[in-house]
Amino acid sequence: MSKISHVGRLIAVAVVAFLTMGSASTAVRYNDLGHKMMCVCGCNEILIECNHLGCPDSDRMLGELRASIAGGSGDDAILTAFQDKYGPTVLAAPMLTKFNIVAWIVPPAMLILGIAATVVLVRRWRLRAAAAPSAPPAPYFPAMRERIRRETEL
Amino acid sequence: MPTFGSFALLLALALSGYTLLAGAIALRQLATGVRGRVSPERLAETARRAGVGSFVATTAAAFALVWAAFNNDFSVAYILHHSNRALPGPYKFAALWSGQEGSLLLWAWLLSIYGFVLRLRHRVDVKLTAYASTILAGIQVFFLLLLNFAATPFSLASGPVAQDGFGLNPLLQYPEMVIHPPMLYLGYVGFAVPFAFALGALMMRYPGEKWIHITRRWTMVTWLFLTCGIFLGAHWAYSVLGWGGYWGWDPVENASLMPWLTGTAFLHSVMMQEKRGMMKSWNVWLIFSTFLLAIFGTLLTRSGLVSSVHAFAQSSIGTWFWTFLVIVLSVCLFTFILQRDHLKAENKIESLVSRESSFLFNNLVLLAACFTVLWGTLFPVLSEYIQGNKVTVGAPFYNRVAVPIGLFLLFLTGIGPLLAWRSSSFKSIRKNFVLPSIAGIVTAIVVIACGVHPWEIFTTSDQGSFYSFIAFTLAAVVVTAVGSEFLRGAGVIARHTGQNLFASIVQLTRRNTRRYGGYIVHFGVVVIFIGIAGSAFNQSKEEELGFRQSVNIGPYRLECQSYSQDSNANYDTEYALLDVYRGGRKVTQLAPEKRFYTASQQPSTIVANHSTLAWDLYVIYAGKNPDTGQPIIKVFLNPLVAWIWIGVGIVVLGTGVALVPNMTAALAASRNRATALAASAETVAARGGD
Repeated sequence: MSKISHVGRLIAVAVVAFLTMGSASTAVRYNDLGHKMMCVCGCNEILIECNHLGCPDSDRMLGELRASIAGGSGDDAILTAFQDKYGPTVLAAPMLTKFNIVAWIVPPAMLILGIAATVVLVRRWRLRAAAAPSAPPAPYFPAMRERIRRETEL
Repeated sequence: MPTFGSFALLLALALSGYTLLAGAIALRQLATGVRGRVSPERLAETARRAGVGSFVATTAAAFALVWAAFNNDFSVAYILHHSNRALPGPYKFAALWSGQEGSLLLWAWLLSIYGFVLRLRHRVDVKLTAYASTILAGIQVFFLLLLNFAATPFSLASGPVAQDGFGLNPLLQYPEMVIHPPMLYLGYVGFAVPFAFALGALMMRYPGEKWIHITRRWTMVTWLFLTCGIFLGAHWAYSVLGWGGYWGWDPVENASLMPWLTGTAFLHSVMMQEKRGMMKSWNVWLIFSTFLLAIFGTLLTRSGLVSSVHAFAQSSIGTWFWTFLVIVLSVCLFTFILQRDHLKAENKIESLVSRESSFLFNNLVLLAACFTVLWGTLFPVLSEYIQGNKVTVGAPFYNRVAVPIGLFLLFLTGIGPLLAWRSSSFKSIRKNFVLPSIAGIVTAIVVIACGVHPWEIFTTSDQGSFYSFIAFTLAAVVVTAVGSEFLRGAGVIARHTGQNLFASIVQLTRRNTRRYGGYIVHFGVVVIFIGIAGSAFNQSKEEELGFRQSVNIGPYRLECQSYSQDSNANYDTEYALLDVYRGGRKVTQLAPEKRFYTASQQPSTIVANHSTLAWDLYVIYAGKNPDTGQPIIKVFLNPLVAWIWIGVGIVVLGTGVALVPNMTAALAASRNRATALAASAETVAARGGD
């Protein structure tokens, strides 16, 4: 029993180590969060990529981001704080809240539904084809042979 | 010249209107058998000639605008706002499409060129071409109405004539901007031709699939133009916008991607109709959607519906486009409902594991990708309507939602060619999939060994490593699948003819250019995916560099040799000269610039890029520190970017191969010509001629 719990503890440690492996450093978080927000000057560029001369906003916003990370705030808290200050358009993609969830769910749902519908449709066609009486064997037909040769190219 | 241009536009509208009306009456008479004073054949011929005339008139209008640009005619408001005296010649020509009115004139002009070629080649099928010509004239009338009454390119500037113009947007003063928009527009406009043929074929209940044969080349050439246009745009964004990337999921970029996706789906699914008489309704709707999306894309950039850095100024022409879209959609729906029994499939898919199924899934995934792009582009508008506030749907959304769909498509690109038509047996699947699967597994191991850790997706919010791992693995699968298709066929030819492998591959390709050209295109797409996968490992640094100071990135060291400023009639510039060293050896010198254009009073970045197969060393002059006066240099190390442009070259090559007639077909055609010549020679000889 103790052996099993020992192995279990080892697995738990390994899982935790695996999950926290490469956990984000400050620079990584700065880069990551900078890519999740937009510059608000109207240039429509990702905050950390905004590069136009004399931008009135990006330097200040990046400064605020650095300060927030240094202040120990979590990623979600930082994003929420920016959203509260600059409005929802500051986020480069909608957060998973209320109606915005729809933005994330609809495209994959459509794809899955499409695939499922296609599979059902093809199965139905196949079953219908199997139920239909089979055609009598085709007589020897040189034109058909020629067509097959053409379609298989060789 | 403005008077001449305005008159030419009015004349073009009158001639297009005649083509539409006379064509419609003639076709109606032919369909119902009711004959008027003039026979429908003669009426249709006058309509065709008027269509040719409208091409001449639209060309004259386009010429008038370019003439005005080259002659600095600032009495024309459009020229005043989009050109200036110091603007170099090629950019004066580009002024034609740098503004709202000019680009609409370009649309109309290109459409008239397509219409001209179509009407010249009317003998391919006189009746079907007459339908297509009439439908094209309808589209042309819309654009000429816009140009004559809503967005007039020849309207005069108010007040006294200015001495100089306001200049061209600096972002557009780049060599690619001279070819990127026309390419893109050739793609957008070109889809009007297969659309017109499809709608015409449906209206006249055209028997068989000949309309697909007629439009196949049109569609492929159009698709090629759009592909080149999109990637030239990406290259322009990479070289000019200076943010280190080539695709920002901007609404205007998305607008060009949507018709490309449905057009690609159409190019695949028409093969099902040609080979097995399936998916007829689907194909008709695919080409309808492609054209509608091309118009919708034009609407997006001009109506102010979504905000974009690329969009033209907000204007009232959005209403015109919405009206046109509704009319086109209504005509398509009405015709489809009326004639849908004509589109009954001759066969059904018999197995989930077959070439047909793979085409179907490929179509589904392409449409899902198109829907995702459309959804992401329009969601801010939907959000504002429902929640009362706009949200941004940018790169992080598409990276999470669209990229997996793209990778699924890459997977289908690999397995599709390995499946047989109708049904694939387990044995053949096993036989065909062994090699690609091994290649995929080996590549996966090598990629992990090289330091790409896909499991990082569980520990960080960055999906880049995971996506690139999947992309590299699938790329190996697809390349092996495509390669084995070539080798298998070439092996048989080599055994039969004794030729070497390369000659056998060439002969194999010439025997079925469409199939093997298609495989080359798939190979090109894989190369593009490899290039895009490299973006997961981009690095960047920003530093202030004084004289002899240096910055290190990857294997490179950049040392500042000098920094200075200069000016000419068109712009003032600040630049830095940076020596690039690798392993202690100087490899090149880069000169990133920041320009300030005098006429438009706007700044622009001129990126310096040292591109190799492994990576691009991409350098931007970000500005000057006002305290020290030293330049701030931003350096990016972007892996594998060159592969994207190489991949596009391969796609162009593959499409070119697919456009060439098959060797056997070409031989048969030349044999027929020879027989016909011999017969006519015999006739002449029998008549006693020499």
